[in-house]
Amino acid sequence: MDWFDSGWGLTLAIFLPVAGMVVVLAIPKAQEQAIKIVALLTTLATLAAGVGLLVRFDYDDTGDLQFEANKSWIDVIQSRYHIGIDGIALPLLLLSMVVTVACVIYSWDHFPAPHNPKGFLALTLLLETGMNGTFAAQDLILFFIFFELVLLPMFFMIGVWGGPNRVYASIKFFLFTLFGSALMLLSFLALFFLTEPHTFDIPTLAEAAGEGLVGSTQNLIFLGLFLGFAIKVPMFPFHTWLPDAHTEAPTVGSVILAAVLLKLGTYGFVRIALPVLPQAAEDWAPWIGLLAVIGIIYGALCCLAQRDMKRLIAFSSVAHMGFVMLGIATLTDFGINAAVFGMVAHGLITGMLFFLAGSVQERYNTRELSRLGGLLVQAPRLGWILGFCAMASLGLPGLAGFWGEFPAILSAYEPLEGLPVETFRTFMVFAAIGTVLAAGYLLWMFQRVAFGEPKPEFESAHIHDVHAPEWIAWTPLLLLIVALGVYPNLLFKITDGAVTGVADGVAKAIGG
Amino acid sequence: MLRNAWLIPLLPALSFVAILLVGKRLPRRGAELGVGAVGASFVLACVAAWQWIDRVEGATGKSEGLRAFGKGVLGGEGGEGGEHAEVAVAPVTRGFTWWQNGNVEFNVGIAIDGLTVMMLFVVTLVSFLVHVYSTSYMEGDRRFTHFYALLSLFTASMLLLVVADNTIQLLVGWELVGLCSFVLIGHWWEEKPNADAAVKAFLTTRVGDVGLMIGIIVLFFAAGTFDIQAINAQAVEGEIGHTLLVVASACLLGGIIGKSGQFPLHTWLPDAMAGPTPVSALIHAATMVVAGVYLGARLYPVFFEGFSIDGGTINVMALIGGTTIIIGAALAFVQNDIKKVLAYSTISQLGYMVMGLGVGAWVAAVFHLFTHAFFKALLFLGAGSVSHSGSHHSFDMKADMGGLRKFMPVTFWTFMIGSLALAGIIPFAGFWSKDEILATAGQNEFTFFLVVGLVGAFMTAAYMTRCVYLTFFGEYRGHGEPHESPRAITVPLIVLAGFSVLAGLVNASALEIEKFKEWVEPTVAFPALEHPEFELAGAALALAVALLGILVSYAYWFRNLGPHGITARNPLARAGYTFLENKYYLDALYENVIVGSIKGAIARASYWTNQRVIDGAVNGVATGAAQVGRFAYDVLDQKAVDGAVNGLAVSTGQTGGLLRYVQSGRVQRYALMLFASVALLSLALFVFSN
Amino acid sequence: MALNQFLILSAFLFCTGVYGVLARRNGVLVLMSVELMLNAVNINLVAFSAFVRDVGGQIFALFVITIAAAEVGVGLAIVLLIYRNLDSPDLDRVDQLKG
Repeated sequence: MDWFDSGWGLTLAIFLPVAGMVVVLAIPKAQEQAIKIVALLTTLATLAAGVGLLVRFDYDDTGDLQFEANKSWIDVIQSRYHIGIDGIALPLLLLSMVVTVACVIYSWDHFPAPHNPKGFLALTLLLETGMNGTFAAQDLILFFIFFELVLLPMFFMIGVWGGPNRVYASIKFFLFTLFGSALMLLSFLALFFLTEPHTFDIPTLAEAAGEGLVGSTQNLIFLGLFLGFAIKVPMFPFHTWLPDAHTEAPTVGSVILAAVLLKLGTYGFVRIALPVLPQAAEDWAPWIGLLAVIGIIYGALCCLAQRDMKRLIAFSSVAHMGFVMLGIATLTDFGINAAVFGMVAHGLITGMLFFLAGSVQERYNTRELSRLGGLLVQAPRLGWILGFCAMASLGLPGLAGFWGEFPAILSAYEPLEGLPVETFRTFMVFAAIGTVLAAGYLLWMFQRVAFGEPKPEFESAHIHDVHAPEWIAWTPLLLLIVALGVYPNLLFKITDGAVTGVADGVAKAIGG
Repeated sequence: MLRNAWLIPLLPALSFVAILLVGKRLPRRGAELGVGAVGASFVLACVAAWQWIDRVEGATGKSEGLRAFGKGVLGGEGGEGGEHAEVAVAPVTRGFTWWQNGNVEFNVGIAIDGLTVMMLFVVTLVSFLVHVYSTSYMEGDRRFTHFYALLSLFTASMLLLVVADNTIQLLVGWELVGLCSFVLIGHWWEEKPNADAAVKAFLTTRVGDVGLMIGIIVLFFAAGTFDIQAINAQAVEGEIGHTLLVVASACLLGGIIGKSGQFPLHTWLPDAMAGPTPVSALIHAATMVVAGVYLGARLYPVFFEGFSIDGGTINVMALIGGTTIIIGAALAFVQNDIKKVLAYSTISQLGYMVMGLGVGAWVAAVFHLFTHAFFKALLFLGAGSVSHSGSHHSFDMKADMGGLRKFMPVTFWTFMIGSLALAGIIPFAGFWSKDEILATAGQNEFTFFLVVGLVGAFMTAAYMTRCVYLTFFGEYRGHGEPHESPRAITVPLIVLAGFSVLAGLVNASALEIEKFKEWVEPTVAFPALEHPEFELAGAALALAVALLGILVSYAYWFRNLGPHGITARNPLARAGYTFLENKYYLDALYENVIVGSIKGAIARASYWTNQRVIDGAVNGVATGAAQVGRFAYDVLDQKAVDGAVNGLAVSTGQTGGLLRYVQSGRVQRYALMLFASVALLSLALFVFSN
Repeated sequence: MALNQFLILSAFLFCTGVYGVLARRNGVLVLMSVELMLNAVNINLVAFSAFVRDVGGQIFALFVITIAAAEVGVGLAIVLLIYRNLDSPDLDRVDQLKG
């Protein structure tokens, strides 16, 4: 298995989906069954590679890059094909794989109009390569390429398979994120030219930790990175593309968007922004924290004003990612650990909620909260799963959401030395109040959808309870939500070493 | 067993999963699994209690006294008092790594001491009886299996909370019982009021939980650990700054207020009566609502130091408890729904416990928790029995009850026992515990709270008399055919009635029995508390006040004496009545003003900001960019740049047009030009070369 | 023998050819005029070859005769096609290439 450990395994995990996409494209459009099977097998094979990584991962050394490959790529600009994963990337990589498999299974029998499974699955596979690649890339240019690779399939997914307002939403999504990544690329280039020797290598840059850069330059570069990542997260006030994109996107698109794409932004903070520019991170941290807390409260309030179930869940993402960003803003190992946990938990839980919103819409042909009701009467299993996920989402202890939320709030009590303690403690109180609001809108949503009697217009409608593809797609996610909630060390043990490394690096750079 | 006490919560948790998976296919639709698992837990809890007592007695060198408790039941006779040397008996702990963060590992585990054992016993006993009771009470319910699954989950969560050795685990159990409470209140969720009550209960307690969360966080950073024992030890030894303790205890008090229905967050508890009656008995009377009191007792050193309870001054905790006693009891007078009377009574009694903690009466407060669990569960189950067999599933005392004592003798007598215990009449359980709270308040010089407690006792006795009168005496006003309830209902009533009579005797200070204090009060990491000597005068006063309450109420209801109809004649009385009927307008304040404004105006304003301001800015940028683009296209691109390009093209064309006349296409003309040019060039050469 | 006579003959022949190429309308006549011009050049080449006692000029003359033969072949074929298409050998009518 030497070949597997020496970079081939990871390369396989990244590029298998693209190979599968080529095969899918080669199959005639009419043979839908074959297309679906190839797509499913590809995602499963990718997941198998991911499980291989999980099994062969050295858990005593989570802080170091493993399965590393470092080959020359574009010599002119000294960009190299440098990939590798540590304890932060591994869970997110696995998350991306699991979610993609679930998406392929979920869409087995019901592709959104205008049907065309071939195109849809090909885009899904391309997306997976982009996502996996982003989590594994250790070179800024490579990172950027994968980061951008994700945009295109998602743009088409929303633009072709989306709802009535899809054109507006897809263009908004595309332009907004592209705007951010342009600035991000600028920052990457600035980093390249201002470091000696010129390099795009992330570990090397992190090792240097911004040495030799004047404070104001660091801050400017950080601003570019911040905008690029914050738009993706999305942080208040750069979040407005999100509700539109989610509302219009097809179910699977929403799920991937919420479960994985948003994590690319937060992952960027943890992987690039903090280690490479620690001093600027310290300068910016209070502002990031402020925006995060505004996001928590503000997202929750916007949720309360929604009439559309999917839009409500979309806004809840703004609030939840606020907790993640609050954890990151503390710059402590405690907070960043919570953030990584929060990313995975949010991916699983909100992904599930979007699946459910899609299933509800498919059955009732509406997502209007005022028209829904009595789901528990007509489809009890679906209703209880919705209740379960709502509970998980509001951070009920014993389920995964809690372990992202509570430690994040906790970490704000004592941020990294040098950050304004009182400010962060104020943030902590507001974040804690945000949990009440979260309970408010989720329970309100659950009550409107599931409790009560069905509305007259749907009284005689035949509503299917959860069917087979849905069970198969959801069960792993639901089990993971419970497992991570009951025994959080499953995840904390993996992330802790890597996160401590990042946090120590930041602390050292600031202290020294 | 003490080291294996984790089995006690595990069994109901397993039965929860099992009922979910196979419950519907079993002959009794899952009830047998629930009853069996909780029964087994009860047996294990009894074994644990036995072993703990053995441990304590062994440490104090009085193991021979154990033989008297051969039944393993706490309610047995105590026996000897005598001298008791204070010997430290540390809790039994066991745990393993649960999560780690920043290279620090945090445990999940159990810490078993007297308080835990007592709670294990109470929770498993009441839960077991409620499980049995429900087999008949909930028979034929539309979601019978579902009900049993959640009862199991609730029991498991409550037990998890009780055995927790760290604050995070406590928080987990705390929220899980809240979840079960939510689902069980909304058990009949087809009707909107039930669903509303469920959401209200969850949200209101969640408001308090903000305090709990922050309190836990503050304690974590103050003590550097989540471990309860370590936190307590540091608080007692003064290793934590006083300011931090004040902040922490104030925040934690918020959690207690939310969970234990204290003023001003008590409003969810009466609404929670929308759930099935067994749920009200188990969750909203005997166990879950005392979780707040348990938290106060568990982290008592923090509160003791934080609120400077030994100072004898008025502190927030006692004040909240005292207020709750009075406002709860007052509201109980104006209720027509028997369950609502009991709910307000629960609020009021929880007030006693919190006040007890606030005045330094730790043993008394916990003791009251212990006795209250039995008689309040008894009263609720009795009320359930009445509605089940007597009033045709109605809880309205004025409309559908009355005179039931003839039809339902077992229910009547057990209910009477419960009422007397609640009213604090000797020798029933409530007398001993309530008296001890008052005695300690008096001894610690909290005179104000002593008075409050006495007033509360008077009111309690009075409203319970009214309740008993309206339910069991007078003429039958319902429409059904009242009869006695089946055995599955009456047996739990009888068992609970037995405990309501006897449970007080484990700490009957008048008889010099202090077993409860010995077994339950922690000896490690605990402040040194004063324990009151029995005072005949104080006890007699409390008893007299309670009897007076009964007497006044008796005169008013049974003998028809007193100012009947005063609310119709006197505007002041009417105003007071309306004030009470509207529950001090707190519900209106919360629902209309606070929730209404957040959900309505504030949420809409935020969303408006989002759509108009932020998204407007985004769209404005996009529109602006589009307009700049249009300008660039129309003016710059089309006119200037393209104009230049086109101009060049046009002038080229014109030049070409001129030249085309040369291009005749005739070969001979080309040849002519060729020869002419050659001739000209030759001439030029000839001319210039010379 | 003087060189001049040959040069005068050749100049006369060349001018006749030029006149024929420029003035005649008939394609065949134009071709013949071209031949005239080529042969005028040939005379020049041979005359000078003899005058400077270098055999190179005569080799060139032979070369030109060969090429001229080929050229006439191609030229006649073109004229024939023109005639077929336009029913006339008149070169003035072949002006499709005009600008």
